[in-house]
Amino acid sequence: MISFIFKRLLQSIVVMLTVALIAFSMFRFVGDPINNMVGQDTSQEEREALTERLGLNDPFIEQFGRFVLHAAEGDFGISYKYREPVSKLIEGRLSATLELSFVSAVLALVIGIPAGVYTALRSKGILSKGIMTLSLIGVSLPTFLIGILLILFFGVVLRWLPTFGRGDVVAIGWWTTGFLTASGLKSLILPSITLALFQMTLIMRLVRAEMLEVLRTDFVKFARARGLPDRAVHFKHALKNTLVPVITITGLQLGSLIAFAIITESVFQWPGMGLLFIQAIADVDIPIMAAYLVMIAFFFVIINMVVDILYYTVDPRLRADSAT
Amino acid sequence: MKLRTGLLVAVAAAAIAVAAPVKAEIFKFAFQGDLSSLDPHSLNESFLLGTLGNVYEGLALYDKDMSVIPGLAESWKLLTPTTWEFKLRKGVKFHEGQDFTADDVIFSWQRAASEGSDQKVRAAGIKNITKVDDFTIVVETPAPNPILIQDLPVLFIMDKEWSEEHGTTNATSATGEDKGNYANLHANGTGPFMVKSHQADVKTIMLRNEHYWKDIPSNVTEVEFTPIKEAPTRVAALISGELDLVYPVPVQDWERLDAAKGVKALAGPEARTIFLGMDQSRDELLYSNIKGKNPFKDQRVRAAFAHAINLEAIKEKVMRGAATPTGEMVAPQINGFVPELNTPYAYDPEMSKKLLAEAGYPDGFEVTMDCPNNRYVNDEKICQAVTSMLAKVGVKVDLLAQPKSKYFGKVLETGGFDTSFYLLGWTPSTMDAENALSSLIVCRNKEEKRGLFNLGNYCNPKVDELTAAIGSETDQAKRNAMIREAFQIVKDDVGYLPVHQQPLSWGVSDRVTVNQRADNGLDYRFVVVK
Repeated sequence: MISFIFKRLLQSIVVMLTVALIAFSMFRFVGDPINNMVGQDTSQEEREALTERLGLNDPFIEQFGRFVLHAAEGDFGISYKYREPVSKLIEGRLSATLELSFVSAVLALVIGIPAGVYTALRSKGILSKGIMTLSLIGVSLPTFLIGILLILFFGVVLRWLPTFGRGDVVAIGWWTTGFLTASGLKSLILPSITLALFQMTLIMRLVRAEMLEVLRTDFVKFARARGLPDRAVHFKHALKNTLVPVITITGLQLGSLIAFAIITESVFQWPGMGLLFIQAIADVDIPIMAAYLVMIAFFFVIINMVVDILYYTVDPRLRADSAT
Repeated sequence: MKLRTGLLVAVAAAAIAVAAPVKAEIFKFAFQGDLSSLDPHSLNESFLLGTLGNVYEGLALYDKDMSVIPGLAESWKLLTPTTWEFKLRKGVKFHEGQDFTADDVIFSWQRAASEGSDQKVRAAGIKNITKVDDFTIVVETPAPNPILIQDLPVLFIMDKEWSEEHGTTNATSATGEDKGNYANLHANGTGPFMVKSHQADVKTIMLRNEHYWKDIPSNVTEVEFTPIKEAPTRVAALISGELDLVYPVPVQDWERLDAAKGVKALAGPEARTIFLGMDQSRDELLYSNIKGKNPFKDQRVRAAFAHAINLEAIKEKVMRGAATPTGEMVAPQINGFVPELNTPYAYDPEMSKKLLAEAGYPDGFEVTMDCPNNRYVNDEKICQAVTSMLAKVGVKVDLLAQPKSKYFGKVLETGGFDTSFYLLGWTPSTMDAENALSSLIVCRNKEEKRGLFNLGNYCNPKVDELTAAIGSETDQAKRNAMIREAFQIVKDDVGYLPVHQQPLSWGVSDRVTVNQRADNGLDYRFVVVK
């Protein structure tokens, strides 16, 4: 197990280096950062001197090497726009994104798995059909539109929930949380539903399909033949056997919840990393973009590792294999 | 949240305690962009300067209509053509209690000229400041400078003691040589509002400075600013009643605001002029099917373009009636504006075709147009409209619309003025016509740093001569006559194709009254909550 984790961590470094390399080779196409950093009256000499000081005239490989060396020491540079260390900016945003992703993931699992099981078991029921139809909306409507519709209905028409932002937050060390205030919790509702909807329907449909598959297998028939109660057959035997693919997908989706929170965050002006990143693209704030992309790559690698470890606990066959 | 600890909070708390009978009036607003720094010398950008103008002040201030009125200086007079005497206001205190004196003015000027400052151009307008006594200074300019005062409202004064105490005697640099520059995240000005907390791109909260030296109409005790990037979210937040003001509002959304209860659209002409420019310097256009010559060097071709573009249609169809078509390169708010020259070139496609034929292009020609798509109000749509209007007279325009970072990287000097035909907007930062002339209209001259935004290099030596004279003429009447002459020449030459003044577009709750300044600035001094 230890060597497995160690190998995975080594792999993650390779993945992050690759992402950084690709990111850096693309930055030159994003535009000229200087024009966003100075006013219209600033002279050309000033602009050139700034470009020089930022090292933007250096060859690509030199810029990349410098980034990697500094990043290895945990220094992601200074944001062009905010003139603050990028690591500090990301630190201030990390909690917002993680809380949102966490609530969304919980929502997706807590609603998605039972709904999937239910629609599989009562596949002909009216409620099942209703859920399946609704889920189509979840997978087919773009996140942006769902967010705007929710804002219009619950924020503008009914005025029950805030339309933007994170509400009041409480700081616990560097971590800020919205869980402890009423406005913070209210603010979480719409964005987390928006972000969770796609994953929820995906998990539901996946569980349903797997469950239908497993219910047809021989061992379920034998379990029934043994006279086990339905409850035991469905939840102990069938559901457990559907979980391996569900864990894989959920794991990957959790990564994308964090990575693709960008759209939800910008619709709701949620002050997370995604919003920081999308703003950075508009401003050509290269240090922020680079740090964000590398960090997301890191998240994906870690999540995949956790997923692989979970396989061991869920699927005994894997444990047997590794023993030999 | 970066809560300011210590003295300022104590001062703020005391201020609130003193003002206890006054009702707490919180004013909440959103803007599409963010306050990137609290350092008043860090970036010469209108939102940053407009916002920090509520915290910091210059020797002069903008009034509601952008006319310049005394600020931290009570009065000024010209001693010789290059020296000015300023009498400073007595009894003014910074938010943290320090006294405002001549030393602070001298320090702030030096800081504005320091490495990392984006106000160097303004600082360079002053050669030396001599302190006569604590409340009298003499300012020397490198040359006679009739518009020195115009620069002062945004040349903000910081406290010398405070800056030295916190090691922030240089402006916050974008390259981070001075890591953790204190003034980037903290502020101590003399203005009517004090920064309580500031988290970049998340939220900024300001409290009323109860000891402000001037009587102002505002009854606001607290201002809460949130940047909201997405326009639909901004508009929804206003209609839902969570915010009192949002800007900008897309002109397409005005009807929605009018239909909603308790909010309205507030529109007015911005001091920014949108115009089209043409490459008139290269012997062959970079992006055209005409080889061996440059059609834009021919005045008739430029005039043909001018007569082919229907500014009224752009106003009605693209801008929902909200733009002000213009024939001049500066707006009415700008010092030196000539009302008679503001009539646009007549829309006359027949004349346009005739002019093209005379110039030797009876079947028109092809040219590529560069256009930003996220910089000005409906910028890309304006370019599309121009493209289809020019098609009617036979000119085939290939439109290249890009985000501003890409666009400016291509067409400005850094990109080698890589364009044949482009759309640009300009607000003279001094609110004076000389700035438009010397940046956009005089012949491009890299050594003398003039005409650097004259991307197409329209060049008429007579205009150059006049602009040089305007730059140092202190007699306003003579100066205005020369400005008029220069703009007349540009108009006759068809050096540029002015389009319109774009609209300022704010969404305001009925709960508040605000003053919409022509540079899109929001001055909290005039915000009144009902």
